[in-house]
Amino acid sequence: MMIFIVIIAVMASVGLIFGLVLAFANKKLAVEMNPLIHVVEDILPKGQCGACGFAGCQAYAEAVVLDKDVAPNLCIPGKKAVADQVAKLTGKAADDLEPRYAFVKCWQAPAGNSKYVYDGVDNCWAAALLQGGPKECAYGCIGLGSCVSACVFDALHIGEDGLPKVNRKNCTGCGKCAEACPKSVISMIPVNAHVAVHCNSKKKGAEVRKVCKIGCIACGACVKSCPYDAITMVDNLAVVNSAICVEKCDDPVCMEKCPTKVLQSYMLDPNALLKKAINQ
Amino acid sequence: MFGKRKWGIHPNTHKTLTDGKAIENGKLPQKVVIPVSQHIGAASKPIVKKGDEVKKGQLIAEGCGPVSSNTHATISGKVTSVADQPHPVMGKCLAITIESDGKDEWAEDVLTKRDWQKLNAEEIINIIKAAGIVGLGGATFPTYVKLCPPKEYPIDTLIINGAECEPYLTSDHRMMLEYTERLATGILILKKVLSVKNVILGIEDNKQDAVAATEKALAGTGVKVVAVPTRYPHGAEKTLIKLLTGREVPSGKLPMAVGIVVQNVGTSIAVCDAVRDGMPLLERVVTVSGSAIKEPKNLNLRIGASFADAIEVCGGYSAPPEKIIAGGPMMGVTQYTTEAPIIKGVNGILAFTKEKINDGPQIACIRCGKCLTACPMGLNPSMLSILGERSLAEEALNDYHLMDCIECGCCAYVCPAKRRIVHLIRYSKKLSAKKKEVSK
Repeated sequence: MMIFIVIIAVMASVGLIFGLVLAFANKKLAVEMNPLIHVVEDILPKGQCGACGFAGCQAYAEAVVLDKDVAPNLCIPGKKAVADQVAKLTGKAADDLEPRYAFVKCWQAPAGNSKYVYDGVDNCWAAALLQGGPKECAYGCIGLGSCVSACVFDALHIGEDGLPKVNRKNCTGCGKCAEACPKSVISMIPVNAHVAVHCNSKKKGAEVRKVCKIGCIACGACVKSCPYDAITMVDNLAVVNSAICVEKCDDPVCMEKCPTKVLQSYMLDPNALLKKAINQ
Repeated sequence: MFGKRKWGIHPNTHKTLTDGKAIENGKLPQKVVIPVSQHIGAASKPIVKKGDEVKKGQLIAEGCGPVSSNTHATISGKVTSVADQPHPVMGKCLAITIESDGKDEWAEDVLTKRDWQKLNAEEIINIIKAAGIVGLGGATFPTYVKLCPPKEYPIDTLIINGAECEPYLTSDHRMMLEYTERLATGILILKKVLSVKNVILGIEDNKQDAVAATEKALAGTGVKVVAVPTRYPHGAEKTLIKLLTGREVPSGKLPMAVGIVVQNVGTSIAVCDAVRDGMPLLERVVTVSGSAIKEPKNLNLRIGASFADAIEVCGGYSAPPEKIIAGGPMMGVTQYTTEAPIIKGVNGILAFTKEKINDGPQIACIRCGKCLTACPMGLNPSMLSILGERSLAEEALNDYHLMDCIECGCCAYVCPAKRRIVHLIRYSKKLSAKKKEVSK
């Protein structure tokens, strides 16, 4: 019986000593931290995507609380709701944040457009090392899903045709997928833009035609048809200035004029529109 | 203890298919496609345009930047296009297409006989630079850059690489036998340029006839001919240096850091042609071999002739090819089209039937450690491949010496799990280069 009492007494005194040491350390060596940082961090979406330009959500929370020059609206996934809350907590004014979405520019399914059978590492960058990738078009989507694995918000998946599809409900516009693409097929677009260029090829028309029937052939019909000069031809590829489109245009004639139907509306299902256009 | 470790592999060399066959001249191609980027460094800049008449040996694209190379017309005829064409390594590349006029005329003032003994080092380097000579062993590093090392690296040894350790390839072997006199002159020219006393010609001991021939030709010149054991990759620059001199090139450095310059035998012959006869680099010897080729041969081909031309000279295919490779089976690049042109770095064209290809599904690493014993650089390929699969390029770079990998392929050759180790390592290298770019 005695032995139990001794053990309990020894353990209790050891526990007491360590407890006192810890209590002392907690008081003496405490790091002063602004409690606001934790509050702000809790509001952020915790995707750790880095779209704000900081190393992660905690780093941004620290910066936005402590540095008065860091804007409260840098969290792109959080959109306006988070920006407003952060602004309120930090006492800064939040500018309007334009939401954006990921947009896959290439429409050519990789299966029907390959120059060789690829049997290597399952990653677009690795495939691109071997003579520019298995796709005939040097600018097209390889379709091995490097963007899908880069997405932390589960907003991308590879569709039946082998191309990545964006789920706009989940897409926060952080831009990680655009960075993960070796061919720069994904671009970030403003959410209210209505005319998109569904091609990424910077080749001349004849060369595009050889490898792809639905690519931009740089004919310039869209440039000529646009009454507001919103479209320009850069490196054999039509580029639409969405700001002008949204502001001035309500009847996009460019979409009708495009011979290869590369200029199409940004819709949840662009293929439906394409089919409609072809049937007409 | 580790110095005596037996690294590398010893695959069946398959060299008997072509090592007894004399070099044949390919027929004059109807059309050549000459890419502007056939070397390491900046691409050369085209100075001809569509419709121009060009002569053989005429400069058609100029090197630009400190590491670059000139490109010459290899036949006479008319430039029919300056546009993107297939390229055996890069997939697609800007290239100058010349259609032959059938005359094969030399441009004026190209062929000039010179007495190289009267030229000084600088003049010789300028001739080599103008002739567009690059390392013909396959790496295609511009030769003139190697010949002017920075002052802080004094060079005391010149190594001529005649090891030719890749299976199937016999082009260097045949050149040493048939172009012995040109090779000897080329070596002496390089020796003079670098002003070194110690010159070693390293040849693998499965080519005893080449050792005997070169020894005879180089007798009394002070050039040592050394037979090295046959083992892959003894022809890799860094392993050959270790083997012949015992020096080890430090991680991330070039051979000049230990006072050594390495040149291939083909390069030495090209140097002789350029300096003594004024001939720019227009042709190279290519081994066409493999189980799907009817009559394997060593061919002397114009740069820019297509793979299909070369295969046709060898009687075409004996069986439908499953895989066509530019270069050797260990380090070569698989081709998707035989339209691709022969460029300066292509030392072999191999076509294999399905049975000959060691292919199969890749499984997880079983940690057997075979690749560790095979790696000539003493790396841990198994770990590098696992890090590659997980895209952890930074860890591979900092903790596992990613950049020291010479991509010889020994690890992938011995791997029982058929893992694409080299591909994963190349992917990691690409990722870390990309990260570096982003952080800039």
